[in-house]
Amino acid sequence: MRGTHDLGGLPAGPVETVPHEATFWEKQIDAIHGLLGDSKRRITVRDENRLYIESLGDDVYNTLAYYERWTAAICRQLVDKGILTQDEIDAKVAELRARGVGADDPDDRDGAACKP
Amino acid sequence: MSGTSHHDHDHDHDHDHGHDHGHDRDQAHPGHAKDEKVHGYYQLLGLALKELLIEKGVITAAEVRAAIEARDAITPSLGGKVVVRAWTDAAYKARLLADAHSAILELGIDMGPTELIVAENTPAVHNVIVCTLCSCYPRNLLGLPPSWYKDRDYRSRVVREPRAVLKEFGTELPDDIDVRVHDSTADLRYLVLPMRPQGTETMSEAQLADIVTRDCMIGVTVPKAP
Repeated sequence: MRGTHDLGGLPAGPVETVPHEATFWEKQIDAIHGLLGDSKRRITVRDENRLYIESLGDDVYNTLAYYERWTAAICRQLVDKGILTQDEIDAKVAELRARGVGADDPDDRDGAACKP
Repeated sequence: MSGTSHHDHDHDHDHDHGHDHGHDRDQAHPGHAKDEKVHGYYQLLGLALKELLIEKGVITAAEVRAAIEARDAITPSLGGKVVVRAWTDAAYKARLLADAHSAILELGIDMGPTELIVAENTPAVHNVIVCTLCSCYPRNLLGLPPSWYKDRDYRSRVVREPRAVLKEFGTELPDDIDVRVHDSTADLRYLVLPMRPQGTETMSEAQLADIVTRDCMIGVTVPKAP
């Protein structure tokens, strides 16, 4: 069976050849990902991380942006490995909202993808 | 084609305060995305994970900052240095094509445990790289991949209709050139060694470096004499 991520050879549209520059948020996720897998921490393993991304399911994989997929995969791993709990994460998200982060977002999603 | 594993990076960051929302931080943090806002749950989630990991001492804000700075410091000019050296030093080029990992180490660029193959463009062969499964890319030479490299359209199509995709980048190849598409993996990355254009014989290394762009080291374009 072809996995969601296995795109080689499938039909698709024109390439958006003018790239968008990496945002600071994207760089932060990239950085967190690197730190969690570095030799000091070894919390995440490269191939395992990939497996989490590839296991998000078609809907999630095709809906989320690249670094959103990474975020969902990192989140699941941290919960599965007991580094963070889902309650802590939910509470922190609520705290961020209370601080006004993302409060004006018209396109909010419920985050079901990274719930176990 | 296609390999199995993906990603590798190493960085850190910093900025544990709501760095992506808004208005008041431009002066406090010059140089950062000025209009960047948090859009949606996953961006909030990313910031939440960062704050929690810092609070628990798993990572530090300084590590995050250092990781971002380290990544920002890697630009396609590093890959360009390798290409220009190969264009101007035949013995180096031979070493690069035989054992790219060691050859770039001569220039102080370390791929770590990841393998590297340099694919040489010739009058008969044009090379282009992709990662159909994800986003594997010679980050140590080129920095972060451009967004289109990670997008479905490029990943899906370049292996099936590379000439059509290259045309979208403004690159039209003669019919008698073979196009070879290299599908990267976490363990093996590729870099394209473009052909040195005609008319650049008298150019200095610095001038040559200016015409070696990221896109021509991916293989979606070719360098042009100014």
